[in-house]
Amino acid sequence: MSVETSEPVFKNGVLRWVDARLPVLSWGYNEFMAYPAPRNLNYWWNFGSLAGFCLIVQIMTGLVLSMHYNPSAAGAFQSVEHIMRDVNYGWLLRYVHANGASMFFIVVYIHIFRGLYYGSYKAPRELLWMLGVVILLLMMATAFMGYVLPWGQMSFWGATVITNLFSAIPLVGEPIVTWLWGGFSVDDPTLNRFFSLHFVLPFVIVAVVFLHILALHQFGSNNPVGIDLTKTDKIPFHPYYTVKDLFGLSIFLIFFGFFVFYAPDFLGHADNYVPANPLQTPPHIVPEWYFLPFYAILRSTVFEKLFAPLALLGYVGIDAKLAGVLLMFSAIAVLFVLPWLDGSKVRSARFRPIYKWVYWLLLIDVVILTWVGGQVPTDRVVWIGQFAALYYFVHFLVIIPLLGKFERPRPLPESIGKPVLGRARLQPAE
Amino acid sequence: MQRKPLFRPILLALILCGLAPGARAAGEGVDLMQRSWPENGPLGTFDRAAVQRGFQVYKEVCHTCHSLNYLAFRNLAALGFSDQELQAIAAGYKVPALDDEGQPIEREAKPFDHMPAPYANPAQARAANGGGLPPDLSLIVKAREDGLDYVYSLLHGFGDPPAGHQVPEGLHYNRYFPGGNIAMPQPLTDGQVTYADGTNASLDQMAADVTQFLHFVAEPKLEERKLTGLKAGIFLVVFAGVMLAYKRKTWRDLH
Repeated sequence: MSVETSEPVFKNGVLRWVDARLPVLSWGYNEFMAYPAPRNLNYWWNFGSLAGFCLIVQIMTGLVLSMHYNPSAAGAFQSVEHIMRDVNYGWLLRYVHANGASMFFIVVYIHIFRGLYYGSYKAPRELLWMLGVVILLLMMATAFMGYVLPWGQMSFWGATVITNLFSAIPLVGEPIVTWLWGGFSVDDPTLNRFFSLHFVLPFVIVAVVFLHILALHQFGSNNPVGIDLTKTDKIPFHPYYTVKDLFGLSIFLIFFGFFVFYAPDFLGHADNYVPANPLQTPPHIVPEWYFLPFYAILRSTVFEKLFAPLALLGYVGIDAKLAGVLLMFSAIAVLFVLPWLDGSKVRSARFRPIYKWVYWLLLIDVVILTWVGGQVPTDRVVWIGQFAALYYFVHFLVIIPLLGKFERPRPLPESIGKPVLGRARLQPAE
Repeated sequence: MQRKPLFRPILLALILCGLAPGARAAGEGVDLMQRSWPENGPLGTFDRAAVQRGFQVYKEVCHTCHSLNYLAFRNLAALGFSDQELQAIAAGYKVPALDDEGQPIEREAKPFDHMPAPYANPAQARAANGGGLPPDLSLIVKAREDGLDYVYSLLHGFGDPPAGHQVPEGLHYNRYFPGGNIAMPQPLTDGQVTYADGTNASLDQMAADVTQFLHFVAEPKLEERKLTGLKAGIFLVVFAGVMLAYKRKTWRDLH
């Protein structure tokens, strides 16, 4: 079945009139209904639309929460409890919003790892991928500032630790931190600006998501086989993927609902139900789980053990703290340049016998980093963290470029209907 | 099926990610006393009688030092108190107000008032407690890891320190408190209160009751949340089934 690309004809006269003057309806129709999608997409391709769903849920619940929230050091914590106790369904809104952030990251991390497995970042989709990394960065900034808003102990001390990272910048570090804080410590001005930014950044994300979709629709979705498809291998997004994504969405909502209704505080920290107290540092400051791999890289960067040779950086004025910050940001930066690090022309890991394994090693490595980030940094944890951090960069900067040169991919099929080697009929996407 | 192998490792990774925050420092390594709480579990509800008894323990013992700022008297309606009873409970407390001349006075509390704090401000509270600040208990069950078991254990944990453990002047030994030295003296002893319903007021009984009361104060919407979850869950399972059937029907002509 192929896709007709003819302009839609609206039966309703008013719609026709509007569309003739403002073609937003046919644009929506073409992009979200008729959009020609590969017929063999599996459920891992569901996570793009799920991420969009999460974004909308966060914006809607956040909008209502903001109507009841008081962004002041004196009133923030109390207003959150007011929402939990006295606002109609406030508890539901807040739990959906707080757990929704975690769900958003789960979905987006799966979306990213799907892209890694099937080589969705390769030509001609480099900008599509880079826009995705931009969205990830914006999400991180938004989530971080959102976590500060309840003004609990972990909010306050998390904000203190993370904003203090900027003091690692040579010469201007301290003034920058003071400028970020709007004072000499995390306080009222900091909370106020974080609230403003937390409110506005999601709309910036929406804008970048539109660019992401624009870039996606330029060449169409990648697919599990990773080859360029002809028209005959594509099907209209609606009804095939709308209904498939709706099924995926309903399963996702069951998962989401489990946390909201039965374990609403499981992903948070008990300490954040203690009001912020600048005079009392919690014994163990931990960021939210979705930051743990990056936090692990940051904290593992000490000039001893495996990383002792990094002490040489001291000669160019880079101390351990700055090195840690640089490495942490590099962990994201390597994703930006990944399309050029990976020289392999074959997209899907299905046809890359070595990459297939290396991919899982990376995933395990990230899980280890996540674990390390949540631990008290004992000697053993630092060793593990340093090995895992090192491997993360070795994966992207050494293994991936080498594989592009030396890996011998299996022969690619000509089309998804005609697999080579007669290895079963290739399933037309479930 | 080539995609099957993908599934399990990713699920595993997800679970591990989920568990990571659970790996927060356990602290002292003392195992808390365990108890099965009626409000736990997917359909758990508060034991009204226990929570009411716990309210009595709070009023007569804890309230001497600990505030409960987020509790309004009207919230107690959820425990089964009638309007008249709420009026009477509230009337037992005085709250600050202004008279017609703008002079500060005290008036009887009404159901819409919040529970007045035992001290006017933190400085007064510290001065009265040898420098220690008795924390507000509104959220204490949510503000500690395993909060229910923690509060319950803490109330049991007083006693003589093990050999070699020095308790500084003015502090008390409690084996469940991080560090072992707590400013609060043992608050509950057998028979401390006389329960209105005739229940034997053993230390264990009072500790369990007041813990459940504090859980109610920390999460007044717990029952509504779990019930809503059940409704949402039933809807979603049906919805998922319908969507799966619809999806299969839609895709049938492609296969």
